[in-house]
Amino acid sequence: MSGSALRVRRAGSGGVVARQILLYAVLAAVALVYIYPFLVQVATSFKPDAEAASSPVSLFPATFTWAAYERLFLHSDFPVWFTNSALVTILVTAGRVFFNSLAGYALARLRFRGRGVVFAALVAVMSVPAVVLLIPKFLVINQLGMYDSYAGMVLPLLVDAAGVFIMKNFFESVPTAVEEQARIDGAGVFRTFWSVVLPMARPALITIIILSFQGSWNELNHFIVSTQSPELTTLTKGVASLASGQLSQGSQYPLKLAAAAIMTIPVAVLFFVFQRRIMNASEGAVKE
Amino acid sequence: MTASTARSARPRRTGPSGIRRGEGVAGWIFTLPVVIILGVFLFLPVLMALWVSVSDWTGRGSPLSSSVSFVGMDNYAAVTAGGGLAERDFGIALRNNAWYVLLVVPVQTALALLLAVLVNGAALRGKGFFRTAFYFPSVTSSVAITVLWLFLFSTNGVVNRVMSYVGAAGPNWFNDPRGIVHIALGAFGITQPTGALAENRALGVTWWDWLAGPSVAMSAFIAMAVFTTSGTFMLLFLAALQNLGGDVTEAAMVDGANAWQRFWQVTLPQLRPTLFTVLTLGLIGCWQVFDQIYTGTQGAPGKTTLTPAYLSYHSAFLSQEWGQGAAIAFILFAIIVLMTLIQRWALRDRPVSRRRMLMAESVDQAPVGVVR
Repeated sequence: MSGSALRVRRAGSGGVVARQILLYAVLAAVALVYIYPFLVQVATSFKPDAEAASSPVSLFPATFTWAAYERLFLHSDFPVWFTNSALVTILVTAGRVFFNSLAGYALARLRFRGRGVVFAALVAVMSVPAVVLLIPKFLVINQLGMYDSYAGMVLPLLVDAAGVFIMKNFFESVPTAVEEQARIDGAGVFRTFWSVVLPMARPALITIIILSFQGSWNELNHFIVSTQSPELTTLTKGVASLASGQLSQGSQYPLKLAAAAIMTIPVAVLFFVFQRRIMNASEGAVKE
Repeated sequence: MTASTARSARPRRTGPSGIRRGEGVAGWIFTLPVVIILGVFLFLPVLMALWVSVSDWTGRGSPLSSSVSFVGMDNYAAVTAGGGLAERDFGIALRNNAWYVLLVVPVQTALALLLAVLVNGAALRGKGFFRTAFYFPSVTSSVAITVLWLFLFSTNGVVNRVMSYVGAAGPNWFNDPRGIVHIALGAFGITQPTGALAENRALGVTWWDWLAGPSVAMSAFIAMAVFTTSGTFMLLFLAALQNLGGDVTEAAMVDGANAWQRFWQVTLPQLRPTLFTVLTLGLIGCWQVFDQIYTGTQGAPGKTTLTPAYLSYHSAFLSQEWGQGAAIAFILFAIIVLMTLIQRWALRDRPVSRRRMLMAESVDQAPVGVVR
């Protein structure tokens, strides 16, 4: 009886090992499919045009060249696009960190008439899909005389309803004792918010920074409808125009892939630096 | 003691005092920037676009000027009836996007779930690596991914080269307008529509063409959507899996259920709330195909990658048919809302056994604001 039970368990553990090996084999194969496109992207950006067409699969350029990058940085508008994207991203991220946390704090903590209405309006606004707003946004930006200006590019992105929600949820999860103490000691509402509450909110603020940075760096359709001049073109818009064949004769994949690779770098760096937090942020959103 | 301090803290009746002092004003000042910006750049625009969708504005001057007149539902009629080019284009765009949704939503959901289950089974260190690898495509910009995809699926690109290794001849991906259902039917010798399929039309498109399936070009975009979104949804499933208590699974194990049965009958029912979230987010996202089309194909080949979102943009900004563009946007909005409601109804909680209900309650419902 006990002998047969032992045999069953041993057979079972052999099966477990085999199953683990199979699991890792499948995972590794799928991971290769997910990672390889990015590796070949970087590799191809260092190949000459002819080689990119003749041996697209290879990860090691037979002839290594910086030509695509030289062309992008010295003979195209690419630096302008990059600067614009960086500028917009910094302004939008700063704005969202400040305004989202202000509003999130008020909705979580302050008692004021109309709070329920503001909250309901936020929920309503969040449910409108972004692509539906292409034409509407242009109409208002144009009407306000902001078309083709930094104001039109930055102002509409300066707050986002989802960010307000994240901050509100965070503030609701923090005990009130510390700020009540500050208020009893005579600090005003803003003073309490600025020097007591905000420093405690670092984890949530980092989440907002990540989401805003990624969102505004990758934003495309807002810039399509708010600008037209070359000086205000962002990376997304510029690289999209590259893809559809402007600036290039023939396919010129090394050039396009170099541009795509560079625009991926800042987000990739952000991703790897805050990796753990990004994963936890998505998980946290689910747990709430 | 506490009660007496509380009472003595508000002897006057003129507004709140104590530590609640000043909150009424502060609350509004704190939320004002958000209220103003969202009001001016989200709410007001929707109202203006509603007006444009029922006007004959041609893009010159302000849509609010007196020279612009009310035309009723003409713009909506032009894209949904009337037999013109506008109707046909809208029909084609709906056809393309419907097939896209039909394929992307189930595939990305199933793949995300599969990846989550696999990653969940890996040891701790491996878990981190694979999670990162699968999630990375989701954080990169849609423009960069589209550029990469155009290269991978070009005629002499990576995909066709790899296919040639196993002796298959890959198609001319982004230049191939043939629908994949038509191709499959062609293999059985059916190349021409017959009877009702050829004669009947919906939105200016014959039934035969509605059934064409996504074009080969659109299929490449379908693969791209699965590639970029499965990682995000995997994270949602993974979080839910990690929240599951092991005891129910253990009980099933003791009862002699094998791994397959345990997954379908124990794990999956507990993932229901997450499944609902993933399906809803997927459905909403899939009806908004725009960036890829703008960057990659602009609707070509043969209008088979045209989507309602891109058609709306194209009608307004490039063809100067602003009323029609706005009308398409609102119809699209209605479609998204309708689909979400249908899905909510289809996946509603049916009466289940008491034990199952207790199980479901232990899994937290998921409002998600993080997923793009």
